[in-house]
Amino acid sequence: MTPKTQISRREFVKDAGGLMIGFSLADASVIPRLLAPLPQGGVTDNVPRSPDRLDAWLHIETDGRVHVYTGKAEIGMGVQTAYGQIVAEELDMAPGNVVFTMGDTAQTADQGGVGGSTSIMLGAKPLRNVAATARYALLQLASQRLGAPADQLQIKNSIISVKGDESKNISFGALAGGTDVNDTMKVSGEGFALNVEGMGKPKDPATYTVVGKPLFRVDMPGKLYGKWDYVTDKRLPGMLHGRVVRPAGVGAKLVSVDQDSIKGIPGNVRAVVKGNFVGVVAENEWAAVQAAKKLKVTWSAAAPAFPEQKDLYKHMRTVAPKATKETLTTGDASAALARAAKKVEASYDFPFQSHATMGPGCALADVHLDGLTTVWSGGQKPHALRKGFAELLGVPLDRVRVIWMEDAGSYGRPGFEDAAADAVLLSREVGKPVRVQWMRTDMTAWGSKGPAVVCDLSAGLDASGEVTSLQFTSRAFSGGETHFVPSTAGNFIGAQLEGIPNTGGVDEFAQWGVQAPPYKFQNIRAVAHVVPAFYDTASPLRTTHLRDPEGPATSFAVESFMDELAAAAKADPIDFRLKHLEEPRAKAVLAAVAEKAGWTKRASPKKSSGSGDVLTGRGVGLSTRNGTYVGTVAEVEVKRRTGEVRITRFVCAHDCGLIINTDTLRSTIAANLVQSLSRAMKEEVMFDRSNVTSVDWSTYPVARASDIPSQFDIVLLSHPELPSSGAGEPSSRATAAAIANAIFDATGARVRQAPLTPARVKAALTHV
Amino acid sequence: MSRISLKINGREQTVDADPDCPLLYVLRDNLSMNNPRFGCGLGQCGACTVLVDGRAVRSCMLPVSRSTGKEILTLDGLMGVESPDPVQIACIEEQAFQCGYCLNGWVLTAKALLAEKPNPTDAEMRSAFQGLVCRCGSHTRIFAAVRHAVSLINGAGKP
Repeated sequence: MTPKTQISRREFVKDAGGLMIGFSLADASVIPRLLAPLPQGGVTDNVPRSPDRLDAWLHIETDGRVHVYTGKAEIGMGVQTAYGQIVAEELDMAPGNVVFTMGDTAQTADQGGVGGSTSIMLGAKPLRNVAATARYALLQLASQRLGAPADQLQIKNSIISVKGDESKNISFGALAGGTDVNDTMKVSGEGFALNVEGMGKPKDPATYTVVGKPLFRVDMPGKLYGKWDYVTDKRLPGMLHGRVVRPAGVGAKLVSVDQDSIKGIPGNVRAVVKGNFVGVVAENEWAAVQAAKKLKVTWSAAAPAFPEQKDLYKHMRTVAPKATKETLTTGDASAALARAAKKVEASYDFPFQSHATMGPGCALADVHLDGLTTVWSGGQKPHALRKGFAELLGVPLDRVRVIWMEDAGSYGRPGFEDAAADAVLLSREVGKPVRVQWMRTDMTAWGSKGPAVVCDLSAGLDASGEVTSLQFTSRAFSGGETHFVPSTAGNFIGAQLEGIPNTGGVDEFAQWGVQAPPYKFQNIRAVAHVVPAFYDTASPLRTTHLRDPEGPATSFAVESFMDELAAAAKADPIDFRLKHLEEPRAKAVLAAVAEKAGWTKRASPKKSSGSGDVLTGRGVGLSTRNGTYVGTVAEVEVKRRTGEVRITRFVCAHDCGLIINTDTLRSTIAANLVQSLSRAMKEEVMFDRSNVTSVDWSTYPVARASDIPSQFDIVLLSHPELPSSGAGEPSSRATAAAIANAIFDATGARVRQAPLTPARVKAALTHV
Repeated sequence: MSRISLKINGREQTVDADPDCPLLYVLRDNLSMNNPRFGCGLGQCGACTVLVDGRAVRSCMLPVSRSTGKEILTLDGLMGVESPDPVQIACIEEQAFQCGYCLNGWVLTAKALLAEKPNPTDAEMRSAFQGLVCRCGSHTRIFAAVRHAVSLINGAGKP
């Protein structure tokens, strides 16, 4: 969220009226204009800022602070702090004086919101250009004011002065505060890739003094002191509290709702029904909680839409694919396999996983069909949500404003979007602002899921152990079955229950070389299939983006299989990988992680990893993702009798090009490792024929304090000469394989089904 | 509905509430005290933690009627910005969290732990934290913050 002290753009513009500076500009094409205040009406014009103006992005306040407007959002990894460093660097000002408005559709440009680890990778670029152009504009203005050529000016801590005579100076605030320093920005790209360029050219990274520093996060004190508003804390006068009541199972139709069943609850409770969408509203939260629980709803029988859980992977391997893509063919893999001296085959399974966000999803909607609808949501893509809600309400786009406020870490499209749609539907029906707070089961059971993925691999080795053939086939539910860009009415589960057809998403494949490293082999064939969704409408097993979509699952297969091949070739797992890699940066992270881990070269499994019940081992995994390279080593202890695995140490070498903040990067990597450990060891969505039965933290266990390794060694490979790539997801990717490989190293047992539960490890041990 | 008196962060407050209503909703809804956060409503995650007579308690499970006559402390009442608690300082200095939604549980549980065991072993700390969820995976930083808080309390500064 934005700090409470922050003054809105509109207020500032209003306040700034008296500070307008008259300026006559000799050459308007070169010297930036000082514009009149923003178009009349401020935010009430409710149009996203046109990105072709500098003042759409940045405003200099009277106190000299620089207020940045961005369509991006903070989802917990510290991007706002990093953005502040980027802006402060270009403007030679204190990062603490850069303040942000994020993700308010009426005040920011549509940058596609957050996703794909692109907030720095792509989002830093326009911000850097904007700040550099603001610098250029300020220097031009100061040049006139101070009577010195712009190239004779310097900026130190927001003060522009004449080089060699610092007594001639003027501050940002005094120079331009409250007005709009403006320039035309050349726009290219859209969504995540939206870029703007103006007159200012960004600094040479070699000269950076603020970017790259481990500055503290701007949000940490407020959060620790209890002075931070999340979206859950937003209230409006006269608002009602809403809860949803989901169907008895997938495909169940509403038969009846007994309003009398909640009559006795004080707080003006009432049920709201629209198609199969059922919700309750009440004047206070506890009443809404009770009403949702007590409301007597009769549903028709649910559809037996899902297979038995034990048959899930068999189903995925036998059902006719919805879409198929041959992603890579080099040479003739099957002919080479036929000639092979040795054949290795393995199949890997990765389950549905739940976003299961820490807060289950909350939003506040104030619907006015004849006026302006405002929705507060923590969804990662506020501008897309605005489109979705306009369509849902059947109103023009300019009648909807979405204001992003921070929610719990979202890690994709968890359902915060659906909770917001629920609030929109309820507010529309009752004519009052409605705050919807999902209960735990609404998120864990009914929130969208990360897709299950199965991968089948085979390889042929010649007599000398060289791999001559490799075949990869994946079958996955699409990572975009529910479109991760929530810009249509049918995107939301509440809308689907109401009767709006599912607008569907895209086929997203689990691909060799994309979701896992692009290892090179003489003959290779890689095919990816998308498996059809189980049920088209309002399914609790509908899939969408969960942190690094398909990445952990595909990588689990490929990185485990590389280990199996290394073992078959009796080669060291890192050496074996290096032999099949071309990219220097991929090799470099493997070398760096090996060095930090104290990795000794040898083949797995370990000859003797202990005589007692506890065996120890080490395993490696590589992640390459859109220009980011991560090598992860896991060290484990395996209890032979129980199959219990304890990860004792993670070592991670990480290269994401130019680093903006080394400390937020380290903390994001450590958190990635823990979350992906949780997914590797614990997380599996359980279901019966019609329902998800993982409904809370006991039926959907995640990593707890006892599961956390004692030692984390993170090595950052800094490349200031290279552009930044993403860091939000890549270090989640290789963890499951690194752990599985370590279990193999310790025990000789190969676990090919995630999560790597004690039961599965124990079962694998019996085959050793 | 009953009139219920509560002592929160040292202040007497009176609310009209259903005696069975969990303290969490009274704090949030009646009193706009937003720091205890709704995470599960089942006592499984700790996001709603408050201190009740110094003990870390899940406010989503505690009926408000059983909160009377007790000292209730929330995160923001733990200390003001002027005099933050060592646990808060340590969490800031270790940059302990990602999204921070869960932090009421960790901070207040740490506070209760350190009051009882000023220098907990790693096992004691993990055991105290076992009932908490941090979905982001900030655990390593949080553990470091607890160790740092111990040294702050003992006057040793940053380790």
